[in-house]
Amino acid sequence: MTRDELRQAVLGVLKEIAPEADLSRLAPDAPIRDQLDIDSIDFMRLLIGVHEKLHVDVPESDYPKVAALTGLLDYLDARLAGGSAKR
Amino acid sequence: MPALGADMTAGRLIAWLKHPGEAVTRGDIIAEVDTDKGVIEVEVFTSGVLEKTLVEPGTKVPVGMPLAIIREAGGAPAPAAAPVAVPSPEGRARISPAARRLAAELGVDPAAVHGTGPEGAVTLDDVRQASGKGARGERMRQAVAAAVTRSKREIPHYYIGHTIDLGPATTWLAEQNRDRPVARRLVHSALLVKAVALALREFPELNARWVEGRVAPIADINVGLAISLRDGGLVAPALHHADRLNVDELMAGTLDLVERARAGTLRSSELSDPTITVTILGDRGVDTVYGVVYPPQVAIVGFGKVVQGPWVVDGSVVARPLVRATLAADHRVSDGHRGALFLAGVADRLRDPGRL
Repeated sequence: MTRDELRQAVLGVLKEIAPEADLSRLAPDAPIRDQLDIDSIDFMRLLIGVHEKLHVDVPESDYPKVAALTGLLDYLDARLAGGSAKR
Repeated sequence: MPALGADMTAGRLIAWLKHPGEAVTRGDIIAEVDTDKGVIEVEVFTSGVLEKTLVEPGTKVPVGMPLAIIREAGGAPAPAAAPVAVPSPEGRARISPAARRLAAELGVDPAAVHGTGPEGAVTLDDVRQASGKGARGERMRQAVAAAVTRSKREIPHYYIGHTIDLGPATTWLAEQNRDRPVARRLVHSALLVKAVALALREFPELNARWVEGRVAPIADINVGLAISLRDGGLVAPALHHADRLNVDELMAGTLDLVERARAGTLRSSELSDPTITVTILGDRGVDTVYGVVYPPQVAIVGFGKVVQGPWVVDGSVVARPLVRATLAADHRVSDGHRGALFLAGVADRLRDPGRL
């Protein structure tokens, strides 16, 4: 999966959670939760959506790494490349 | 038409999901209605055969009017009064000048709008609704405004708070979540809601309704979970029998309610059955919530942000995750003393999360 495909997949999940948001204006290095007013339940829904779409289960201990879009994409890139995705 | 909150006076039938002659079972979704709180799925409260529908889709129906006749298994149909339907105007649409102007601005044909005003007149809200622009948010705001205005006018609130050490709960959650897939993980709110529900068993005066000048305790503990909607407004649908659900069921129920509240597919019983409300605003950074009781309920519990703070343990100050729990309650029904004991009960239960 290319970086752009990965990005589109993640943005697709985000769009379901925050349909009113203009995701083209999402700052890539700032926390997603702050920018989109996403609470802990919605953050969990984001990661559930990512898991369903990409089969990567982000453990709770890695949450700080995936707070911003760039971090999340880097993380997913690495996990998918490493073949260590947990189903 | 079920009352889905103290502020609701009517709803518009969108569609029947069951048809005359079909068997229905208690809990089945029989119809969809459009309300200020969004599109709600109406459940049936008896089992039998749908004998007759009394209302056509598109009709605005006052709360309390029958929508259909269901013949109970082996019995006669329940008597049902004829619904009072607001007729549509014949020919040229009745419409106020203001509504006509708005219709022109929004590009809506008044003749194609279903009127809900006097004698079927097309109102401003009907035009907004037909345009699909901003109507839902505005109607939701009006519904919230009506409820909180009534609350602040009629309910003498008292407010108390209690800081709770969430150290044990936080440690327990981390242990639980370590080996769980993301879809089965737990968050603090599931524990907070469960602790409230269990503590309520000993304080029936807080799990009650104030109706016609009297308090009516409710046997079931149905916690209304305040959920903010993305386009503004909020709903507080019920987690039914929250005291009897384990934390996994509570968590699954919370995720399901949030998803359906946002999608606009809540069920009628979820809006009509809450016996108390819990509002958790910590994710928005506040440390203390001063709630407004949602009538006819008599209490609302708030939780703020979980923060690391100083806490005295065995004479030493240590850093602990702390949360401020608050109770806003109807002073006609309970006193601060009982409220304080209730919050202490919530704190007690959170000290031993494994037993929640």
